[in-house]
Amino acid sequence: MAKFKGMVVVNTERCKGCNLCVVACPTHVLALQKREVNDKGYHYAYMETPDDCIGCASCGFVCPDGCITVYKVKTQE
Amino acid sequence: MKSEEIIKPENMVYQPTHLLNETQMHYCPGCSHGVVHKLIGEVIEEMGLENDTIGIAPVGCGVFIYRYLDIDWQEAAHGRAPALATAVKRLNPKKMVFTYQGDGDLAAIGTAETIHACNRGENIAIVFINNAIYGMTGGQMAPTTLPGMKSATCPDGRDVEVTGAPLKISDMVALLDGTCYVTRQSVHTTPGVKRAKKAIRKAFENSMANKGTSLVEIVSTCSSGWKMTPDQANKWMEENMFPYFPLGDIKDR
Repeated sequence: MAKFKGMVVVNTERCKGCNLCVVACPTHVLALQKREVNDKGYHYAYMETPDDCIGCASCGFVCPDGCITVYKVKTQE
Repeated sequence: MKSEEIIKPENMVYQPTHLLNETQMHYCPGCSHGVVHKLIGEVIEEMGLENDTIGIAPVGCGVFIYRYLDIDWQEAAHGRAPALATAVKRLNPKKMVFTYQGDGDLAAIGTAETIHACNRGENIAIVFINNAIYGMTGGQMAPTTLPGMKSATCPDGRDVEVTGAPLKISDMVALLDGTCYVTRQSVHTTPGVKRAKKAIRKAFENSMANKGTSLVEIVSTCSSGWKMTPDQANKWMEENMFPYFPLGDIKDR
């Protein structure tokens, strides 16, 4: 079975911390920052458990502010 | 595997469309407008119509769409977007012309323009954002507000006896001969976003093929107006909006 490893890059200054990507993620990789905020004062999204990311890009599709870029590689055949 | 090995241009599977510029959107966190802006940009980019698209911006929260998507825009008076789109399309028949309107714009003050443009079968696409409330002005009751739904101007819930039932604009225009494609979609889940994108693409293709008017209704959330968090608003929409505004194609010819 092919296995994939993904990586989510969040444009933290553009993120408004709406939590929709966190809810959409099937493997519960994303979370909102607990204490850190961006210049606008929003708790932006970040990868809490990056090892679980499968690169499905669900977060990117539902992001209303277009702040998510997703990368994906095949780790084994 | 290190993150630097994964983050390479050749491994990229998703990025926001380049038509969406750097300007920060003024929408509240979690607003459906942002997703639909992104989808419109993606569809225009995929169809290669960056230089051949003229959008008509509405009055309402969506008014600043012309600041966020780098295509040609015209700003219409409140509700008059289909009338302006008619003129633009008739003068530029080779251009792709679409309007982007909310329910206060399209279903209230602009009902006449919408119905007559659809009845004439103008070759335009209409993207209709239905969030059942006047979002920009502070959450007042709209024609599409659900029975019993609370808003700033109906704090005890909409009384159907006094203000009538919610207006099902899409079902109405589907009855007209001028429309070729009428559909209702949502953008609250990943599959929903993909279906909505297909619907917008089809509407834009119909406009280019001069088949008639296409209307894509997007059932949306207004978390600020509904006074909920964005994910609560999505759940509320599934439970309350979808029974009244069922998703799917209403007309396709």
